[in-house]
This record gives sequence, structure tokens and C-alpha cells, in this order.
Amino acid sequence: MKLRANLIIGSALFALAILVGLLAPWLAHTDPVLDANLMNAEEPPSWAWWFGTDDQGRDIYSRVVYGARVSLTVGIVSQLINSVIGVALGLSAGYWGGWWDDVVNGLTNLMLAIPSLIFALAIMAVLGPGLTSLLIALGLTNWSFTCRIARASALSLRSQGYVQAATVLGYGDLRIMITQLLPNMLGPIIVIGTLGMGSAVLSEAALSFLGLGVRPPFPSWGSMLSDARDQITTAPWLSVFPGLAIFLTVLGLNLLGDGLRDILDPQSRSRRT
Amino acid sequence: MTGVPLIEVEDLRIDLDDGSRRVAAAEGVSFRIDRGETFGLVGESGCGKSITALALIGLLRQPLSIGSGVIRFEGREIQRLSTTKQRELRGNRIAMIFQEPMTALNPVSPVGRQIAEMFVLHKGKSWREANQLAVEALANVRVPAPERRVKDYPHQLSGGMRQRVMIAIALACGPDLLIADEPTTALDVTVQAEIIELMRNLCAERGTAILMISHDLGLVANVCRRVAVMYAGRIVEERGSADVFRAPSHPYTQGLVASLPRLGSRAALGRTRLKEIAGVVPAITSFPDGCRFNPRCARATDICRTTAPVADLLEAGGLVRCHHHA
Repeated sequence: MKLRANLIIGSALFALAILVGLLAPWLAHTDPVLDANLMNAEEPPSWAWWFGTDDQGRDIYSRVVYGARVSLTVGIVSQLINSVIGVALGLSAGYWGGWWDDVVNGLTNLMLAIPSLIFALAIMAVLGPGLTSLLIALGLTNWSFTCRIARASALSLRSQGYVQAATVLGYGDLRIMITQLLPNMLGPIIVIGTLGMGSAVLSEAALSFLGLGVRPPFPSWGSMLSDARDQITTAPWLSVFPGLAIFLTVLGLNLLGDGLRDILDPQSRSRRT
Repeated sequence: MTGVPLIEVEDLRIDLDDGSRRVAAAEGVSFRIDRGETFGLVGESGCGKSITALALIGLLRQPLSIGSGVIRFEGREIQRLSTTKQRELRGNRIAMIFQEPMTALNPVSPVGRQIAEMFVLHKGKSWREANQLAVEALANVRVPAPERRVKDYPHQLSGGMRQRVMIAIALACGPDLLIADEPTTALDVTVQAEIIELMRNLCAERGTAILMISHDLGLVANVCRRVAVMYAGRIVEERGSADVFRAPSHPYTQGLVASLPRLGSRAALGRTRLKEIAGVVPAITSFPDGCRFNPRCARATDICRTTAPVADLLEAGGLVRCHHHA
């Protein structure tokens, strides 16, 4: 089998980000919140402070390491919520059709018409800032693509011989959807899911940047960027390192998504066997 | 033929609703199949044989629907049953195998699991028991090394093997009726014979009735005791299968029998042309008045163009719908 560079690089970057998040207490040099020391304020990167320090003397490296927890939690959990909602709606709409399909279609078009970040902002405004509301806001606003894909797959799979055979053999609707349709559309859904995680990480950064994400002083990549905005000319390391972390994670997720698409595509799968 | 037949179709009409009007895709279809009997439904593409089968298991979907008529399974009207009750019949009491073994199996699920699912679904078995039964079911359809094959995915099996798996799935719950819709059309001729033989033997062992649907008169006559020939949505002749071959009565059936190539005949040796039926099957929206075969029939007279023939009972048994039958 051909070496798939994007799959390998992508999963390596993603795995690295997860590892950093999991091992944060051991990797970090200092406590990201409590170890503020104004004596060390705004130190540029050095051997002592790998990524430098911020205006309160907190170690940027430690904060970036801990920030991975927030970014990845938001990315993974909110995309999971999105995938579940999107698949449930799209799959049932495509399979049943009729008025339910019209309702889901209308809802999807509505979601696509409203910029999801604006929608998430509105939800955050109602729920107030914080990790839970961030998860809810991002989890409810990004399912339209998954829904579209699931619906289109269900529509085409519905007329497949084995789905009709299952009906003839006495399978109920739910059983058909779960055993016949879902496994056959999982490939594209997973691909969309990984790409969606990337955009969720970016949305978290954007919302935190706007002050609606994780509450300070706890670090998230987005809120770190937000804090660093004023000092971008005087202390660029404050924004460069969290930005780099976001960039690498999103890049990794996108490469992973592309790579997965290549191997999960049924055509290339049949070529392998 | 005594007692309640296994399945009884009475004056079935299937409507095709194309949005602006309704036309009958099949009408006046009546037949009965007794327990353990073998019955064949023969006709060209679009004559209504497959939709008749779908109607039997309650699976007609828009734009097709049952216009009128009654279908009884063991005396109970299938249309009157609740959706849940209908679903309990399907796969459990009435099973079906399809033309395309390539597409009728779920590509992402091992075949053993697909067989086992039938036991879980209809017989309330645990997965552990069901998996065991799946191995036996595969052994019954003469799949070699069944305990290894259960883990195979459909794409790892040949067409013939896949059709065996389909038969194993269909017969898993010991149904009373097996509907076989062109079960061997997609297979090689040698494999075809094996599959037919297998299907016939298994059904005979279990007392399962077969409704076989095919365009292949020879194949159907080989498997079935009785045959109904359909043309343009109507049954034109229904006989014992030997009689159909020996002395076809309806001009259409005569045409079908005459157009079968026979080894060693003058036509097969190239000395005379193979017989054919002139003309084409009329479109579903433009069936002719009277007897629907009249534009292609050599014996057609004025009455054929105005009046649809009623079913005449034949002395030798069976019935035919023709004003001028032999």
C-alpha cells in the first residue's frame, strides 16, 4: 500500500496534541494560573522560559500545554454532538422522506444561511461564558454539513438492494437505519467529523478571543491570543505560540480528514482488496 | 386442493399513479398457492410479475399501490394487518430472494452476522446462539468450511456463494413461502443449475412453498408444478407446467414456447429462423382495449379489439384468457 503522507502527518499532529493535553500536568513547567510572578513579566523565549512569559509573568509554554485541554475538549466533544445531531436528522430524513425530510431540509438550510459563529455567539450570550456553554453553543451550530452528507447517503443507500432486502426480511425501520445505512455511510461522516473538529478548535479560539469562551485566568489558546493582542508588537511570542498550536492542531485534523477520506472511500477500499 | 390455501390472491389490481392519472400496472390477477407447492409466474419485463410479488409481502411503494383485490395469507388478509404484524410475517413466514446477489447483501457486514440477525430478529435468540445457528445455516446451503466463511464479507464471495448465503438468510426462519424473483439470472448457467437444485431440495425438505418469478419459461417449468403466464399486467394462462410446454393454449404462450431454441432442432442448426413474437410489449400507459395481446396476435378478430376475454377453464385443468384459445 502506498505511503499516505497526509494521513501519517495528520494523525501524528493530532496524536501529539492529545498527548500534550493528557500529559499537561507532567509537561508543564509551572502552574498555568497560579504561578504569576511580576518579576518575570514579559520575558522573551529563553532556556528558562521556552515560549517566554506574559505580562503577569506566567509561563507561556505551560499555558499553551494546558490550553490544549480546552481546545481539544471543545473540538472533540462539540463535534461529537454535531455528528450525532447531523446523522440522526440526516439519516432519518433521507430514509423516511416526506414531511420529515422537508422539515429537516428547512432546518439545515436555515443553519447554513446563518453564519454558525454568529449563531454560537447568540447562544453564548444567552448561556453566559464558560466551557459547558461553549460546548453547547458549538455543538448545536455546526451539524448542517454532517446532516447534508448523511441525508444524501441515506437517499442513495435506501434504493440499494440490501436495504430493500432487509425490508423484505422483516427488519424494522430503526434496525435498517442502524445496521444497514449507518455503517455504509460512516466513511464520509468520519471525514466530515475530523474536518469539523478543526473548525470547532478555530471557533473556540474565535469565541474565546471575543471573551465569550473559557473564563480567564484559565488558559485556552483563543483567550491567550485575545490577551496578547495589545502586545503583538512588543511581545510577539505571546501570540505566536498559541497561534502556532492552533495552526498545527487544525492542520493535523484537516490532513487526517483528507487521509481518512482516501482510505475510507469505498472505491479505493475495493481497489485494496 | 382442500382447506385454506397458504396464499390466495383474488382479483388483484395494482395502480400506478404518475401524478396526473392512475393506470393499472396489473389487474385481475388471481392465483392460489398451497402449502409446499411450487408455483411459477412467467412473463416479459414490465408484465407485472415482480410488483405482484411485492404486493404479496406488502411492500409496494409510491407510485405503486394496491387498487383493489384481496391477498390472503393462511386466510388472513395481508392488507388488513398492522404494519408490525406485516413485518413479523416478512422474513419469518414469507421470505424472498433476489436477482442480484451482488447487491442484496450488506457490503460492510460479515455474512454470518447477516444470517444470525434473522434468528435474533424473528426467533428472539441471543447473538451467541444465533451465530451458532448461522454456521449451521451456511452448512445447509452447502457452503464449504462454514465456520470460517461466516466471517467473510460479501465481496470475498463469488456470485454463486452469495446467492447461497441469500438462500440461507431467506430460509433461516423456516418460512412457509419463499418468493424467488429471478434468483439465477445474474449467475453462470452451471451455477444456476446448482442453485436451483439447492433451493428446490431445501424447500421440499422443509415443506416451504415456492413462488418463482422469472422470464425463463424453461427454468420455471423445471422447478414449478404450476405456471401462470403474465402478459401486460394480466394472467393469460395458468396450467400445470408440463401442459404449458406440451400444449400451450394462449397464443402468447404458444409464441413463447415456439421461440425457445431447442438443441438439434432445424432452427438451432441454422436451417430455419427461430420463431419470434412480432411487435413489442405495449407501454403501461397505452395498453390496447380488449385483449391486450391483440395487436401482436395472429388470431385476433374484432371481438379481441373490443372485449377483454374472461378466464375459460380448460378441461385438462387450468385456465386461459383468450377468445380463440386452442
